[in-house]
Amino acid sequence: MPQYDSSSSPLGRLVAESLTGQISRREIMRRGMALGLSAPVIGMIISAQTRNAMAQEATPAGQEPGWSIVVPEGLRTDLNGARVRAVIAPAADPDRPWQEAAIRKFNEATGAAAEFVPGEQSATDRLATYNQQLGAQSPDNDVYQIDIIWPGIVAQHAVDLSPALSELATLHFPALVENNTVNGALVGMPWYTDAGLLYYRSDLLEEYGFENPPETWAELEEQAQAIQDGESADNSSFRGFVWQGNAYEGLTCDALEWQFSNGGGRIIEPDGTITVNNPQAIAAFERARGWVGTISPEDVTTFDEPLSLNAFAPGNAAFMRNWPYAYSVTQAPDSPLVGKVGVTQLPMGDGEGATHAATLGGWQLMVSKYSPNQEAAIEFVKYMCSPELEKSFTIERSHSPTIGSVYDDPEVVETQEFLARLKPVFEGGAVARPSTVTADLYNSASIAYHTRVNQVLTGQTDAAAAAAEIEAELQDIMSELGY
Amino acid sequence: MTQRVAAAPLPQPAKRGRSVDLPQTGWVKARERLAWLLVAPSVLVVALVALYPLFQSVRLSFTNARFGSARPVQYVGVDNYVRLFNDNTFISALGHTVTFTVVSVAIETVLGIVIALIINSNFTGRGVVRTSMLIPWAIPTVVSSQLWRFMYNQDNGVINDVLVNRLGVLSSPVAWIANATTSLPAIIAVDVWKTTPFMALLLLAGLQIIPGDVYEASTIDGANKWQQFWQITLPLLKPALLVALIFRTLDAFRVFDVVFVLKGAALDTITLAIYARQTMIDEQWLGRGSAASVVIFLCIALLVIVYSRLVRVEET
Repeated sequence: MPQYDSSSSPLGRLVAESLTGQISRREIMRRGMALGLSAPVIGMIISAQTRNAMAQEATPAGQEPGWSIVVPEGLRTDLNGARVRAVIAPAADPDRPWQEAAIRKFNEATGAAAEFVPGEQSATDRLATYNQQLGAQSPDNDVYQIDIIWPGIVAQHAVDLSPALSELATLHFPALVENNTVNGALVGMPWYTDAGLLYYRSDLLEEYGFENPPETWAELEEQAQAIQDGESADNSSFRGFVWQGNAYEGLTCDALEWQFSNGGGRIIEPDGTITVNNPQAIAAFERARGWVGTISPEDVTTFDEPLSLNAFAPGNAAFMRNWPYAYSVTQAPDSPLVGKVGVTQLPMGDGEGATHAATLGGWQLMVSKYSPNQEAAIEFVKYMCSPELEKSFTIERSHSPTIGSVYDDPEVVETQEFLARLKPVFEGGAVARPSTVTADLYNSASIAYHTRVNQVLTGQTDAAAAAAEIEAELQDIMSELGY
Repeated sequence: MTQRVAAAPLPQPAKRGRSVDLPQTGWVKARERLAWLLVAPSVLVVALVALYPLFQSVRLSFTNARFGSARPVQYVGVDNYVRLFNDNTFISALGHTVTFTVVSVAIETVLGIVIALIINSNFTGRGVVRTSMLIPWAIPTVVSSQLWRFMYNQDNGVINDVLVNRLGVLSSPVAWIANATTSLPAIIAVDVWKTTPFMALLLLAGLQIIPGDVYEASTIDGANKWQQFWQITLPLLKPALLVALIFRTLDAFRVFDVVFVLKGAALDTITLAIYARQTMIDEQWLGRGSAASVVIFLCIALLVIVYSRLVRVEET
């Protein structure tokens, strides 16, 4: 099985050297052509280099990455150079220096030989690569970072972590541990988490006389419309509310929030019941359709996270639904929104069962069943997902930890005040996508859902018809799984 | 005035399979064996790289294989194909792909001929124009699609800015990509922008082969430019035109990057290649995705057969 290894193949060397900025663009093109790469691939390598260069400049100077890492007690010291190849971040990820520092300290403390293996940038591509390697039962990599919606897909290739790490699992948020448990086996240990949030312009809310951010969707519509009417006189591209409406996984997250906050169910409940063709979910979709072209631009049906952030960050939107990562972008020193952005729970709907909802994101660590060093790999997971390492990850890299006690830690509260306030979101209205119950057919279920919701948003079908079609397709999928 | 000249009898067409009739001596047979031996390595490589994966795709299309799964694989006959043609998304994808191919190739051909005729003539700066004309073709499709995505943006895009604010042609900005009615035309426009230079260059090469004295002779006979175009240029351009059309039709039929970058897998613009990839990689249905790929392959094979019949007709 061909293995992507940054040190051995000419292609790997080209990518590694370009990402660390050692070679010029001309050199990349020359070597790329010599290797027979196509123009789009060369273009992608060059753009990754630029992104990496920009990301490296963004890390605060002066502090060595990994300065806050405290090695937890009780680690094994007898690992004797056991190799642990961990695919835990994309090659050009800004977190990479911290990851590598953490790995170094692990090796010092335990005597193992863990190494960082770069992964693909996009989550979809990563899953494709994992499927390729795990499907071929490759022993090349030991630890894999998996998205919150993948446990059902990769469970067949994962080591059950509960015998060795059940005590550690009790420290993490129950919703996440439950999401990661497939047929009684703990497929992945939660590492860091994410949830959908409502960003708002605190300065504009004050200016237009709104004391508090909206609690319900109806209030949000009212506030967004008022602010948009006022601001668009000076700024013709100002919009009330931006979110992710493109036909991709992000829309599944947004739409799940709409329907769950309206009491419409989780799309598919953990016991296999399909909850999408009901009046509350249909009403939720219709409400979202009403935003397109009024408080949201018509373009919003092509937006993903970067595009919606692109509308909000320069100051052209009053409200945005996005993940926690966006906060630090809006508070960067050269941003026009410093001190003007508030974050709160997404609004709730109305009617029976209405609640605040936030779709869970986040990443977990799994150990491959085909790894020749399972004990060392499990020790590595125990290290990375410990309270000490999660605290350091939060302080240095602004990721939301999966362990409740970390949120209350005084150092975290002091340095990452914004994140510390998110604890109620993760403990309260967080809702996971139905990935565990749909196992390896989750992507089909998600595609059936988000393509039809996108059609509702663009006006090509009405919500009731779409909901019925989604239900029919999901029924097909669930019957394949034996429900 | 033209006169019919009695044509000498044409030599008999050579027997199929041989360019020259040679006596079957031992020496000739040995040469043939050697020829086969020398060609064998290339044939082997082509068989491995092209034929084997094709065979695998066809084989998988009759199974229920899943990507990345350890589940045992079973043969399900034509079940995948039946499913395909009952799937509305596949039918939409087929429709979009055919529309895209027909419209974009037609526009590119017409524009390509016009541009080729223009740059075939002598004017100052012709060299610069010919070189710079290739820029859209040279920029990687993924990159230029992102450029167009920004240009098409409803609120901040330059296209709406020019049409609404500067020229006043439209009353309010249009969401070119989001709106289901304008999305496919917008994508076709991007492809036309990118590929017309390619067509123009292929056709320019065809134009330059046409000898100038044919035009001189026709001018003496009193033909005007319009007649010259239809009765001299176009017929003599046919070989190059057919080659260009074959290239473009096959490429357009397999379109993926421009549509994927601008609209992802949205149902109003999904194409066959995007559908195949989504089924095979995202949904991990290796068997069903292979069936979709085989359908694409068969459609393209059909187009190739049709075109090569046309080319062969031209040669006789």
